[in-house]
Amino acid sequence: MATHDEPCPTTSSGAADLPDSRTLARRIRVHAVRMTSRGNSSHVGSSLSMADLIAVLYAGGLRVDPTRPRWPGRDRFILSKGHASAGLYAALAERGFFDLSLLDSHCQDGSHLSGHVTTKGVPGVELATGSLGHGLPVATGMALAARMAGERHRVIALLSDGECDEGSNWEAILFAAHHELDNLVAIIDYNKLQSLKPVEQTLRLEPFAEKWRSFGWYTVEIDGHDHDAVRGALSTAAGTSGRPTCLIAHTVKGKGVPFMENSILWHYRSPQGAERDAALDALERGA
Amino acid sequence: MRDAFIRALTEAALADPRIVLLTGDLGFGVLEHFEQRCPRQYVNAGVAEQNMTALAAGLALEGRVAFTYSIANFTTLRCLEQIRNDACYHEANVNIVSVGGGLSYGPLGPTHHATEDLAIMRALPGMVVFAPNDDGEVAAGLPALIDHPGPSYIRLDRASVMSPAVDDLPFALGRARRLREGDDVTLVACGGMAGEALAAAETLQRQGLSCRVLSMHTIRPLDTDALIEAAAETGGIVTIEEHSTIGGLGTACADALLDLGVAPHRFCKIALPSAFTTVVGSQAFLRRHYRIDAGAIAARVAALLGVTQQPRLTETVG
Repeated sequence: MATHDEPCPTTSSGAADLPDSRTLARRIRVHAVRMTSRGNSSHVGSSLSMADLIAVLYAGGLRVDPTRPRWPGRDRFILSKGHASAGLYAALAERGFFDLSLLDSHCQDGSHLSGHVTTKGVPGVELATGSLGHGLPVATGMALAARMAGERHRVIALLSDGECDEGSNWEAILFAAHHELDNLVAIIDYNKLQSLKPVEQTLRLEPFAEKWRSFGWYTVEIDGHDHDAVRGALSTAAGTSGRPTCLIAHTVKGKGVPFMENSILWHYRSPQGAERDAALDALERGA
Repeated sequence: MRDAFIRALTEAALADPRIVLLTGDLGFGVLEHFEQRCPRQYVNAGVAEQNMTALAAGLALEGRVAFTYSIANFTTLRCLEQIRNDACYHEANVNIVSVGGGLSYGPLGPTHHATEDLAIMRALPGMVVFAPNDDGEVAAGLPALIDHPGPSYIRLDRASVMSPAVDDLPFALGRARRLREGDDVTLVACGGMAGEALAAAETLQRQGLSCRVLSMHTIRPLDTDALIEAAAETGGIVTIEEHSTIGGLGTACADALLDLGVAPHRFCKIALPSAFTTVVGSQAFLRRHYRIDAGAIAARVAALLGVTQQPRLTETVG
């Protein structure tokens, strides 16, 4: 099969075309609060948790072209924690994959923008997710396909920590290491809270990094809100050969809205009325 | 039948580099034929069917034509959500190959009896469900499944019926093959049960009953034209499958006739009870045990048509 070494049109034209990752992160957070409020939907805490990771990816960390979402040379990004759809849709709209006004339709009657990530009618989404434990195994298949074809793009999957309870992930973790898929990156949004209780009180993951390392992955722990650290880790991953990379990103659920931070409540609660206004105000002041 | 399938797949893969075969660490003595000739298109995913199916979806989304291979329940039930979400939702060219359809692995016990697979697979949006009756149908069906952009389920029986060659009786996916002409009743069978149907038809012929026998190798999309003709031209429709009475070929035919507003003169479904086996045995033994073998089919068809059958005739069959 042909390789796709042509430069990504967007990134090749210079960094000036790309948004500043901190600005993008703040806008993703504002959108996520507004979207989950309008849609009366859950998982705002999950979108806020990963906002910095998504922002670094869509501010240049990924080689993508919003004008050609299916460009063969693009990096593939899979949001395996599909319940954080508001955060991903916001990033895609901010990057121009579709019109920003569509974000208002999130979870509304007749909208394509579902509460869990979908490919149907949403340019820029590689894989529909929502049931946990699917993203990394499919990403592994995509990475295998790229290697078989001699293509150089990367495949990056973003997982939640609670999602790592799913055994299917560990099947893929075994496989990717065995097959030395160094074009594959797993990022864990390790905010320590899952649906009902903290991870530590549900199914303990620690020693988490040791687990990944013992499975044969190059594993780095980073502050998932430190943009330079995320960028640096992605860059290091690109230079790793012979094994896949896992970035364990330590994050805070609800990051950016003090009353949501580290609170289980905001896994499901939708911000309405005064709570929505207070959240938006906090994000404004935080900027 | 699985040897015929692997031979056909190997030939296809040699000509089409998109094809990738993934196995869940099964296929001893069978898959070596493929692996040796197409090593770069062969992946042993290990005993990990969820990941195998998701890998197949990932490969298919990148333009490959993926085949997953294992014993029937392992490629279907163990990874059902991967099939539904990763393959079907994304309309990915993932082809699920199940060996040991029905009671093929009779002695191995209920974990290895594939008796709900047709019902479950045909319920999934976009899924083609293919249960060929012999080596010829397997080989003839493969190119269409490769070309079909979406997912498919391929149920391979252990046995292979000696039905008319596809050279003599053309094959098309989604079109029933009329293995035998007759007008008193139509026997509609899938998979290896076509062989039992043909043997039953032979028995009934000696009683003066002529049976049309259809190989309904494709359960989805179903050949409704053949059912309409059978309802209009013969005295009834009898569906025959090595599968639970719930949701398989018989249900599919009944649903289709009801939706079309077509009422056959008689309708009878011959299938397995919705129950786990409490005894084991060869496939032939279990077919007799559950009264889905040729002798039982002949007796039930005769009763349906109001013909009293000579006991010795049923005893000579099966």
